[in-house]
Amino acid sequence: MTPLLSVRHLTKTYGRHIGCADVSFDLYPGEVMGIVGESGSGKSTLLNCMAGHMAPDSGAVIFDTRAEGPKDTVSMSEPERRMLGRTDWAFVHQHARDGLRMGVSAGGNVGERLMAVGARNYAQIRETATDWLGRVEIDTGRIDDRPSTFSGGMQQRLQIARNLVTGPRLVFMDEPTGGLDVSVQARLLDLLRGLVRQMGLSAVIVTHDLAVVRLLADRLMVMKDGRVVETGLTDQVLDDPQHGYTQLLVSSVLQV
Amino acid sequence: MISVSGLAKTFTLHNQGGAVIEVMRDAALDVAPGECVGLTGPSGAGKSTLMRMIWGNYLAAAGRIEVAGLDVARAAPREIIALRRATLGYVSQFLRVVPRVPTLDVVAEPLMVLGVDEAAAHDRARALLARLNIPQTLWSLSPTTFSGGEQQRVNIARGFAHEYPVMLLDEPTASLDAANREVVLELIEEAKARGAAILGIFHDVAARERVCDRTVDVAAFTPEPA
Repeated sequence: MTPLLSVRHLTKTYGRHIGCADVSFDLYPGEVMGIVGESGSGKSTLLNCMAGHMAPDSGAVIFDTRAEGPKDTVSMSEPERRMLGRTDWAFVHQHARDGLRMGVSAGGNVGERLMAVGARNYAQIRETATDWLGRVEIDTGRIDDRPSTFSGGMQQRLQIARNLVTGPRLVFMDEPTGGLDVSVQARLLDLLRGLVRQMGLSAVIVTHDLAVVRLLADRLMVMKDGRVVETGLTDQVLDDPQHGYTQLLVSSVLQV
Repeated sequence: MISVSGLAKTFTLHNQGGAVIEVMRDAALDVAPGECVGLTGPSGAGKSTLMRMIWGNYLAAAGRIEVAGLDVARAAPREIIALRRATLGYVSQFLRVVPRVPTLDVVAEPLMVLGVDEAAAHDRARALLARLNIPQTLWSLSPTTFSGGEQQRVNIARGFAHEYPVMLLDEPTASLDAANREVVLELIEEAKARGAAILGIFHDVAARERVCDRTVDVAAFTPEPA
Protein backbone atom coordinates (compact mmCIF):
# COMPACT_ATOMS: atom_id res chain seq x y z
CA MET A 1 0.00 0.00 0.00
CA THR A 2 1.21 3.51 -0.84
CA PRO A 3 1.46 5.81 2.17
CA LEU A 4 -0.89 8.78 1.94
CA LEU A 5 1.82 10.96 3.42
CA SER A 6 5.58 10.35 3.59
CA VAL A 7 7.61 12.83 5.58
CA ARG A 8 11.34 12.62 4.95
CA HIS A 9 14.08 14.30 7.01
CA LEU A 10 11.99 17.39 7.64
CA THR A 11 14.02 20.11 9.33
CA LYS A 12 13.19 23.68 10.30
CA THR A 13 15.40 25.98 12.32
CA TYR A 14 14.86 29.48 13.67
CA GLY A 15 18.37 30.93 13.49
CA ARG A 16 20.40 28.78 15.83
CA HIS A 17 17.31 27.38 17.51
CA ILE A 18 15.95 24.04 16.28
CA GLY A 19 12.25 23.97 15.42
CA CYS A 20 12.17 20.34 14.32
CA ALA A 21 15.05 18.21 13.09
CA ASP A 22 15.24 15.24 10.73
CA VAL A 23 11.67 14.01 11.18
CA SER A 24 10.62 11.07 9.00
CA PHE A 25 7.50 8.89 9.03
CA ASP A 26 4.82 7.34 6.82
CA LEU A 27 1.09 7.75 7.34
CA TYR A 28 -1.21 5.23 5.64
CA PRO A 29 -4.83 5.80 4.53
CA GLY A 30 -7.22 5.65 7.48
CA GLU A 31 -4.49 6.04 10.09
CA VAL A 32 -4.58 8.61 12.85
CA MET A 33 -1.22 9.64 14.24
CA GLY A 34 -0.73 11.63 17.40
CA ILE A 35 2.27 13.87 18.06
CA VAL A 36 2.91 14.62 21.72
CA GLY A 37 5.53 16.61 23.56
CA GLU A 38 5.65 19.59 25.85
CA SER A 39 5.51 23.23 24.76
CA GLY A 40 8.50 24.06 22.61
CA SER A 41 9.14 20.46 21.59
CA GLY A 42 8.62 21.37 17.93
CA LYS A 43 5.33 19.58 17.36
CA SER A 44 3.48 22.66 16.06
CA THR A 45 6.44 23.65 13.88
CA LEU A 46 6.40 20.17 12.40
CA LEU A 47 2.64 20.32 11.78
CA ASN A 48 2.89 23.73 10.13
CA CYS A 49 5.75 22.56 7.89
CA MET A 50 3.77 19.47 6.84
CA ALA A 51 0.63 21.48 6.12
CA GLY A 52 2.53 24.02 4.01
CA HIS A 53 1.95 26.93 6.40
CA MET A 54 5.68 27.24 6.92
CA ALA A 55 8.60 26.45 4.61
CA PRO A 56 10.98 23.83 6.01
CA ASP A 57 14.76 24.33 5.61
CA SER A 58 15.12 20.85 4.15
CA GLY A 59 13.28 17.59 3.73
CA ALA A 60 10.26 16.40 1.81
CA VAL A 61 6.53 16.02 2.48
CA ILE A 62 5.30 13.56 -0.12
CA PHE A 63 1.53 13.35 -0.54
CA ASP A 64 -0.25 10.72 -2.64
CA THR A 65 -2.26 13.08 -4.86
CA ARG A 66 -5.40 11.85 -6.61
CA ALA A 67 -4.29 12.93 -10.07
CA GLU A 68 -0.55 12.39 -10.15
CA GLY A 69 0.26 10.00 -7.31
CA PRO A 70 3.02 10.73 -4.75
CA LYS A 71 4.32 14.29 -5.06
CA ASP A 72 6.57 16.42 -2.88
CA THR A 73 4.44 19.26 -1.57
CA VAL A 74 7.45 21.25 -0.37
CA SER A 75 8.77 21.72 -3.90
CA MET A 76 5.41 22.04 -5.68
CA SER A 77 4.16 25.45 -6.82
CA GLU A 78 2.34 27.69 -4.38
CA PRO A 79 -1.02 27.58 -6.28
CA GLU A 80 -0.82 23.80 -6.45
CA ARG A 81 -0.16 23.54 -2.71
CA ARG A 82 -2.96 25.99 -1.98
CA MET A 83 -5.34 23.88 -4.05
CA LEU A 84 -4.41 20.83 -1.97
CA GLY A 85 -5.11 22.87 1.15
CA ARG A 86 -8.64 23.52 -0.12
CA THR A 87 -9.43 20.02 -1.35
CA ASP A 88 -7.58 16.99 0.01
CA TRP A 89 -6.17 18.63 3.13
CA ALA A 90 -7.84 20.22 6.09
CA PHE A 91 -6.37 22.07 9.03
CA VAL A 92 -8.15 22.38 12.38
CA HIS A 93 -6.64 25.14 14.48
CA GLN A 94 -6.55 25.13 18.26
CA HIS A 95 -8.34 28.47 18.34
CA ALA A 96 -11.44 28.25 16.18
CA ARG A 97 -11.21 31.95 15.36
CA ASP A 98 -7.94 31.24 13.47
CA GLY A 99 -9.81 28.79 11.24
CA LEU A 100 -13.13 30.62 10.87
CA ARG A 101 -14.22 33.92 9.36
CA MET A 102 -15.83 35.52 12.37
CA GLY A 103 -17.73 38.13 10.37
CA VAL A 104 -19.42 35.59 8.10
CA SER A 105 -22.45 33.45 9.05
CA ALA A 106 -22.04 29.83 10.13
CA GLY A 107 -23.54 28.63 6.85
CA GLY A 108 -21.24 31.01 4.97
CA ASN A 109 -18.20 29.61 6.72
CA VAL A 110 -19.06 26.12 5.53
CA GLY A 111 -20.26 27.22 2.08
CA GLU A 112 -17.16 29.30 1.43
CA ARG A 113 -14.95 26.24 1.31
CA LEU A 114 -17.33 24.57 -1.13
CA MET A 115 -17.27 27.65 -3.36
CA ALA A 116 -13.48 27.63 -3.26
CA VAL A 117 -13.57 24.28 -5.02
CA GLY A 118 -16.07 25.45 -7.61
CA ALA A 119 -19.55 24.96 -6.14
CA ARG A 120 -21.88 27.65 -7.51
CA ASN A 121 -25.46 26.48 -6.93
CA TYR A 122 -26.62 28.49 -3.91
CA ALA A 123 -29.46 26.19 -2.88
CA GLN A 124 -27.19 23.16 -3.02
CA ILE A 125 -24.44 24.89 -1.05
CA ARG A 126 -26.92 25.88 1.62
CA GLU A 127 -28.31 22.36 1.77
CA THR A 128 -24.84 20.86 2.18
CA ALA A 129 -23.95 23.44 4.83
CA THR A 130 -27.17 22.64 6.72
CA ASP A 131 -26.39 18.94 6.55
CA TRP A 132 -22.89 19.53 7.94
CA LEU A 133 -24.10 21.74 10.78
CA GLY A 134 -26.34 18.84 11.77
CA ARG A 135 -23.48 16.37 11.54
CA VAL A 136 -21.37 18.41 13.95
CA GLU A 137 -24.40 18.84 16.24
CA ILE A 138 -25.01 22.55 15.69
CA ASP A 139 -28.68 23.56 15.70
CA THR A 140 -29.40 24.22 12.02
CA GLY A 141 -31.55 27.17 13.08
CA ARG A 142 -28.27 28.97 13.79
CA ILE A 143 -27.11 28.76 10.16
CA ASP A 144 -27.40 32.52 9.61
CA ASP A 145 -25.77 33.48 12.91
CA ARG A 146 -22.18 34.58 13.08
CA PRO A 147 -19.71 32.29 14.88
CA SER A 148 -18.87 35.17 17.23
CA THR A 149 -22.22 34.42 18.90
CA PHE A 150 -21.29 30.73 19.40
CA SER A 151 -19.74 29.08 22.45
CA GLY A 152 -16.15 27.81 22.24
CA GLY A 153 -17.24 24.21 21.70
CA MET A 154 -19.69 25.21 18.96
CA GLN A 155 -17.03 27.30 17.21
CA GLN A 156 -14.69 24.33 17.26
CA ARG A 157 -17.38 22.06 15.78
CA LEU A 158 -18.12 24.68 13.12
CA GLN A 159 -14.44 24.80 12.23
CA ILE A 160 -14.50 21.02 11.81
CA ALA A 161 -17.56 21.23 9.55
CA ARG A 162 -15.90 23.93 7.44
CA ASN A 163 -12.83 21.73 7.08
CA LEU A 164 -14.52 18.44 6.32
CA VAL A 165 -17.25 19.64 3.95
CA THR A 166 -15.03 19.19 0.89
CA GLY A 167 -14.27 15.56 1.80
CA PRO A 168 -10.54 15.87 2.49
CA ARG A 169 -8.37 12.78 2.83
CA LEU A 170 -5.92 14.19 5.35
CA VAL A 171 -6.66 16.38 8.35
CA PHE A 172 -4.05 18.22 10.38
CA MET A 173 -5.21 19.12 13.88
CA ASP A 174 -3.40 21.41 16.29
CA GLU A 175 -4.62 20.83 19.86
CA PRO A 176 -8.24 20.43 18.67
CA THR A 177 -9.59 19.98 22.19
CA GLY A 178 -7.29 22.53 23.85
CA GLY A 179 -8.98 25.27 25.82
CA LEU A 180 -12.37 23.53 25.92
CA ASP A 181 -14.23 22.33 29.01
CA VAL A 182 -13.77 18.61 29.62
CA SER A 183 -17.42 17.83 28.92
CA VAL A 184 -17.17 19.69 25.60
CA GLN A 185 -13.90 17.86 24.86
CA ALA A 186 -15.59 14.50 25.28
CA ARG A 187 -18.31 15.39 22.80
CA LEU A 188 -15.73 16.65 20.31
CA LEU A 189 -13.65 13.49 20.70
CA ASP A 190 -16.67 11.33 20.01
CA LEU A 191 -17.54 13.44 16.98
CA LEU A 192 -14.00 13.28 15.59
CA ARG A 193 -13.79 9.52 16.10
CA GLY A 194 -17.06 8.99 14.29
CA LEU A 195 -16.08 11.23 11.36
CA VAL A 196 -12.66 9.62 11.02
CA ARG A 197 -14.32 6.20 10.87
CA GLN A 198 -17.18 7.15 8.52
CA MET A 199 -15.03 9.16 6.09
CA GLY A 200 -11.96 6.90 6.29
CA LEU A 201 -9.87 9.98 7.10
CA SER A 202 -6.20 10.02 7.89
CA ALA A 203 -5.19 12.54 10.50
CA VAL A 204 -2.19 13.99 12.26
CA ILE A 205 -3.09 15.35 15.68
CA VAL A 206 -0.77 17.50 17.74
CA THR A 207 -1.61 17.65 21.42
CA HIS A 208 -0.06 17.59 24.84
CA ASP A 209 -3.01 15.64 26.23
CA LEU A 210 -2.13 11.95 26.52
CA ALA A 211 -5.73 10.96 27.27
CA VAL A 212 -6.82 12.53 23.96
CA VAL A 213 -4.26 10.62 21.91
CA ARG A 214 -5.09 7.35 23.64
CA LEU A 215 -8.69 7.70 22.50
CA LEU A 216 -8.07 9.15 19.03
CA ALA A 217 -4.71 8.03 17.67
CA ASP A 218 -3.62 4.63 16.35
CA ARG A 219 0.02 5.61 16.45
CA LEU A 220 2.07 8.01 18.47
CA MET A 221 5.20 10.06 17.97
CA VAL A 222 6.92 11.67 20.97
CA MET A 223 8.99 14.82 20.42
CA LYS A 224 11.51 16.55 22.59
CA ASP A 225 13.70 19.53 21.65
CA GLY A 226 12.67 19.29 18.02
CA ARG A 227 13.52 15.63 17.61
CA VAL A 228 11.46 12.45 17.58
CA VAL A 229 12.49 10.39 20.59
CA GLU A 230 10.01 7.53 20.29
CA THR A 231 7.34 6.20 17.93
CA GLY A 232 4.99 3.22 17.99
CA LEU A 233 1.47 2.00 18.56
CA THR A 234 -0.28 4.46 20.85
CA ASP A 235 -0.99 2.02 23.67
CA GLN A 236 2.50 0.54 23.42
CA VAL A 237 4.17 3.94 23.76
CA LEU A 238 1.90 4.89 26.68
CA ASP A 239 1.93 1.52 28.49
CA ASP A 240 5.54 0.49 27.87
CA PRO A 241 7.47 3.66 27.04
CA GLN A 242 11.08 2.98 26.05
CA HIS A 243 12.66 6.43 26.12
CA GLY A 244 13.45 8.17 29.39
CA TYR A 245 11.58 11.30 28.34
CA THR A 246 8.42 9.34 27.43
CA GLN A 247 8.61 7.49 30.74
CA LEU A 248 8.74 10.84 32.51
CA LEU A 249 5.86 12.22 30.42
CA VAL A 250 3.61 9.20 31.07
CA SER A 251 4.39 9.05 34.79
CA SER A 252 3.71 12.78 35.19
CA VAL A 253 0.02 12.55 34.27
CA LEU A 254 -2.32 13.14 37.16
CA GLN A 255 -4.73 10.29 37.76
CA VAL A 256 -8.40 11.09 38.35
CA MET B 1 -3.31 -19.53 16.15
CA ILE B 2 -1.03 -18.23 18.90
CA SER B 3 2.56 -19.44 18.95
CA VAL B 4 5.03 -17.88 21.36
CA SER B 5 8.67 -18.93 21.59
CA GLY B 6 11.88 -17.67 23.19
CA LEU B 7 10.01 -14.63 24.49
CA ALA B 8 11.81 -12.31 26.91
CA LYS B 9 10.82 -9.05 28.58
CA THR B 10 12.87 -6.40 30.35
CA PHE B 11 11.95 -2.98 31.66
CA THR B 12 14.55 -0.20 31.67
CA LEU B 13 13.72 2.56 34.14
CA HIS B 14 15.59 5.56 32.76
CA ASN B 15 14.46 7.87 35.53
CA GLN B 16 15.50 5.51 38.29
CA GLY B 17 19.18 5.24 37.56
CA GLY B 18 18.65 3.25 34.38
CA ALA B 19 17.73 0.13 36.35
CA VAL B 20 17.07 -2.86 34.09
CA ILE B 21 14.51 -5.33 35.37
CA GLU B 22 14.30 -8.68 33.66
CA VAL B 23 10.81 -10.07 34.19
CA MET B 24 10.53 -12.91 31.70
CA ARG B 25 12.86 -15.25 29.88
CA ASP B 26 12.35 -17.93 27.27
CA ALA B 27 8.56 -18.00 27.46
CA ALA B 28 6.84 -20.41 25.08
CA LEU B 29 3.25 -21.51 24.49
CA ASP B 30 0.85 -22.47 21.73
CA VAL B 31 -2.91 -22.13 21.44
CA ALA B 32 -4.77 -24.02 18.72
CA PRO B 33 -8.11 -23.05 17.16
CA GLY B 34 -11.01 -24.11 19.37
CA GLU B 35 -8.74 -24.37 22.39
CA CYS B 36 -8.71 -22.35 25.62
CA VAL B 37 -5.43 -22.17 27.51
CA GLY B 38 -5.27 -20.71 31.03
CA LEU B 39 -2.25 -18.83 32.34
CA THR B 40 -1.47 -19.61 35.98
CA GLY B 41 1.14 -18.52 38.45
CA PRO B 42 1.41 -16.30 41.51
CA SER B 43 0.70 -12.56 41.34
CA GLY B 44 3.58 -10.74 39.72
CA ALA B 45 4.77 -13.84 37.86
CA GLY B 46 4.01 -12.15 34.54
CA LYS B 47 0.60 -13.42 33.40
CA SER B 48 -0.64 -9.98 32.39
CA THR B 49 2.78 -9.03 31.02
CA LEU B 50 2.74 -12.03 28.71
CA MET B 51 -0.79 -11.22 27.61
CA ARG B 52 0.11 -7.58 26.90
CA MET B 53 3.08 -8.65 24.80
CA ILE B 54 0.75 -10.77 22.68
CA TRP B 55 -1.67 -7.82 22.40
CA GLY B 56 1.29 -5.65 21.39
CA ASN B 57 1.19 -2.89 24.00
CA TYR B 58 4.31 -4.29 25.69
CA LEU B 59 7.43 -4.63 23.57
CA ALA B 60 9.27 -7.95 23.58
CA ALA B 61 13.00 -7.88 24.33
CA ALA B 62 13.53 -11.09 22.32
CA GLY B 63 11.56 -13.96 20.82
CA ARG B 64 8.60 -14.53 18.53
CA ILE B 65 4.88 -13.95 19.08
CA GLU B 66 2.92 -15.35 16.17
CA VAL B 67 -0.78 -14.52 16.07
CA ALA B 68 -2.63 -15.80 13.01
CA GLY B 69 0.65 -15.77 11.09
CA LEU B 70 1.80 -12.26 12.09
CA ASP B 71 4.86 -11.88 14.35
CA VAL B 72 3.60 -9.23 16.74
CA ALA B 73 7.11 -8.78 18.16
CA ARG B 74 8.31 -7.46 14.80
CA ALA B 75 5.17 -6.19 13.07
CA ALA B 76 4.68 -2.56 12.02
CA PRO B 77 2.07 -0.60 13.99
CA ARG B 78 -0.39 -0.65 11.08
CA GLU B 79 -0.15 -4.45 10.84
CA ILE B 80 -0.97 -4.77 14.53
CA ILE B 81 -3.85 -2.30 14.13
CA ALA B 82 -5.28 -4.44 11.32
CA LEU B 83 -4.77 -7.62 13.38
CA ARG B 84 -6.64 -6.10 16.33
CA ARG B 85 -9.45 -4.88 14.14
CA ALA B 86 -10.38 -8.22 12.61
CA THR B 87 -8.53 -11.08 14.25
CA LEU B 88 -7.33 -10.47 17.78
CA GLY B 89 -9.74 -9.50 20.55
CA TYR B 90 -8.83 -8.50 24.10
CA VAL B 91 -11.06 -8.24 27.13
CA SER B 92 -9.01 -6.33 29.67
CA GLN B 93 -10.00 -5.63 33.25
CA PHE B 94 -10.68 -2.00 32.50
CA LEU B 95 -13.18 -0.31 30.26
CA ARG B 96 -11.63 2.62 28.39
CA VAL B 97 -14.13 4.72 26.45
CA VAL B 98 -14.81 8.24 25.27
CA PRO B 99 -16.97 9.80 27.99
CA ARG B 100 -20.61 10.49 27.07
CA VAL B 101 -20.79 7.81 24.38
CA PRO B 102 -23.88 5.60 24.93
CA THR B 103 -23.28 2.01 26.06
CA LEU B 104 -24.97 0.64 22.95
CA ASP B 105 -22.47 2.47 20.72
CA VAL B 106 -19.54 1.42 22.90
CA VAL B 107 -20.49 -2.24 22.42
CA ALA B 108 -21.28 -1.87 18.70
CA GLU B 109 -18.10 0.06 17.86
CA PRO B 110 -15.81 -2.93 17.09
CA LEU B 111 -18.35 -4.05 14.48
CA MET B 112 -18.80 -0.57 13.00
CA VAL B 113 -15.03 -0.29 12.58
CA LEU B 114 -15.20 -3.47 10.50
CA GLY B 115 -17.83 -1.89 8.26
CA VAL B 116 -20.89 -3.70 9.65
CA ASP B 117 -23.92 -1.43 9.16
CA GLU B 118 -25.25 0.39 12.16
CA ALA B 119 -28.53 -1.50 12.45
CA ALA B 120 -26.87 -4.92 12.45
CA ALA B 121 -24.14 -3.77 14.86
CA HIS B 122 -26.75 -2.36 17.24
CA ASP B 123 -28.81 -5.57 17.06
CA ARG B 124 -25.79 -7.61 18.07
CA ALA B 125 -24.94 -5.11 20.84
CA ARG B 126 -28.51 -5.24 22.20
CA ALA B 127 -28.49 -9.03 22.24
CA LEU B 128 -25.21 -9.16 24.19
CA LEU B 129 -26.22 -6.45 26.66
CA ALA B 130 -29.51 -8.23 27.33
CA ARG B 131 -27.72 -11.53 27.79
CA LEU B 132 -25.31 -9.95 30.26
CA ASN B 133 -28.25 -8.52 32.21
CA ILE B 134 -27.48 -4.84 31.64
CA PRO B 135 -30.88 -3.15 32.14
CA GLN B 136 -32.22 -1.64 28.93
CA THR B 137 -32.66 1.71 30.69
CA LEU B 138 -28.85 2.00 30.83
CA TRP B 139 -28.12 1.31 27.15
CA SER B 140 -28.47 4.95 26.10
CA LEU B 141 -26.18 6.14 28.91
CA SER B 142 -22.39 6.28 29.02
CA PRO B 143 -20.91 3.37 30.99
CA THR B 144 -18.43 5.70 32.74
CA THR B 145 -20.89 6.18 35.61
CA PHE B 146 -21.80 2.48 35.95
CA SER B 147 -20.79 0.22 38.84
CA GLY B 148 -17.63 -1.88 38.55
CA GLY B 149 -19.55 -5.05 37.75
CA GLU B 150 -21.67 -3.30 35.11
CA GLN B 151 -18.60 -1.80 33.47
CA GLN B 152 -16.97 -5.21 33.39
CA ARG B 153 -20.04 -6.67 31.66
CA VAL B 154 -20.12 -3.83 29.11
CA ASN B 155 -16.44 -4.54 28.50
CA ILE B 156 -17.21 -8.23 27.92
CA ALA B 157 -20.11 -7.41 25.58
CA ARG B 158 -17.78 -5.15 23.59
CA GLY B 159 -15.08 -7.83 23.53
CA PHE B 160 -17.49 -10.48 22.23
CA ALA B 161 -19.37 -8.24 19.75
CA HIS B 162 -17.15 -9.33 16.87
CA GLU B 163 -16.33 -13.04 16.56
CA TYR B 164 -12.55 -12.75 16.75
CA PRO B 165 -10.61 -15.88 15.74
CA VAL B 166 -8.15 -15.21 18.59
CA MET B 167 -9.09 -13.85 22.02
CA LEU B 168 -7.20 -12.74 25.11
CA LEU B 169 -9.25 -12.68 28.33
CA ASP B 170 -7.85 -11.05 31.46
CA GLU B 171 -9.99 -12.14 34.42
CA PRO B 172 -13.29 -12.07 32.53
CA THR B 173 -15.31 -13.43 35.46
CA ALA B 174 -13.84 -11.19 38.16
CA SER B 175 -16.38 -9.11 40.10
CA LEU B 176 -19.38 -10.85 38.53
CA ASP B 177 -22.26 -12.53 40.34
CA ALA B 178 -23.10 -16.20 39.75
CA ALA B 179 -25.66 -15.58 37.00
CA ASN B 180 -23.44 -13.26 34.98
CA ARG B 181 -20.40 -15.46 35.55
CA GLU B 182 -22.41 -18.27 33.96
CA VAL B 183 -23.23 -16.09 30.93
CA VAL B 184 -19.55 -15.23 30.44
CA LEU B 185 -18.52 -18.88 30.67
CA GLU B 186 -21.17 -19.74 28.07
CA LEU B 187 -19.86 -16.99 25.78
CA ILE B 188 -16.36 -18.47 26.12
CA GLU B 189 -17.66 -21.98 25.37
CA GLU B 190 -19.50 -20.69 22.30
CA ALA B 191 -16.36 -18.93 21.08
CA LYS B 192 -14.40 -22.17 21.46
CA ALA B 193 -17.11 -24.07 19.62
CA ARG B 194 -16.84 -21.73 16.63
CA GLY B 195 -13.09 -22.33 16.57
CA ALA B 196 -11.63 -19.35 18.43
CA ALA B 197 -8.21 -19.76 20.04
CA ILE B 198 -8.43 -18.33 23.56
CA LEU B 199 -5.77 -17.45 26.09
CA GLY B 200 -7.07 -16.44 29.49
CA ILE B 201 -6.22 -15.52 33.06
CA PHE B 202 -8.76 -16.91 35.54
CA HIS B 203 -8.23 -16.62 39.27
CA ASP B 204 -11.61 -18.31 39.65
CA VAL B 205 -10.46 -21.98 39.78
CA ALA B 206 -13.86 -23.48 39.00
CA ALA B 207 -14.20 -21.23 35.93
CA ARG B 208 -10.70 -22.13 34.79
CA GLU B 209 -11.36 -25.86 35.16
CA ARG B 210 -14.57 -25.58 33.23
CA VAL B 211 -13.40 -23.65 30.14
CA CYS B 212 -9.65 -24.30 29.95
CA ASP B 213 -8.38 -27.35 28.08
CA ARG B 214 -5.00 -26.97 29.77
CA THR B 215 -2.94 -24.46 31.71
CA VAL B 216 0.53 -22.94 31.37
CA ASP B 217 2.35 -21.88 34.56
CA VAL B 218 4.18 -18.63 33.81
CA ALA B 219 6.41 -19.09 36.89
CA ALA B 220 8.46 -21.36 34.60
CA PHE B 221 9.37 -18.25 32.57
CA THR B 222 10.58 -16.20 35.54
CA PRO B 223 14.31 -15.53 35.18
CA GLU B 224 16.62 -17.01 37.83
CA PRO B 225 17.89 -14.24 40.10
CA ALA B 226 21.41 -13.37 38.94
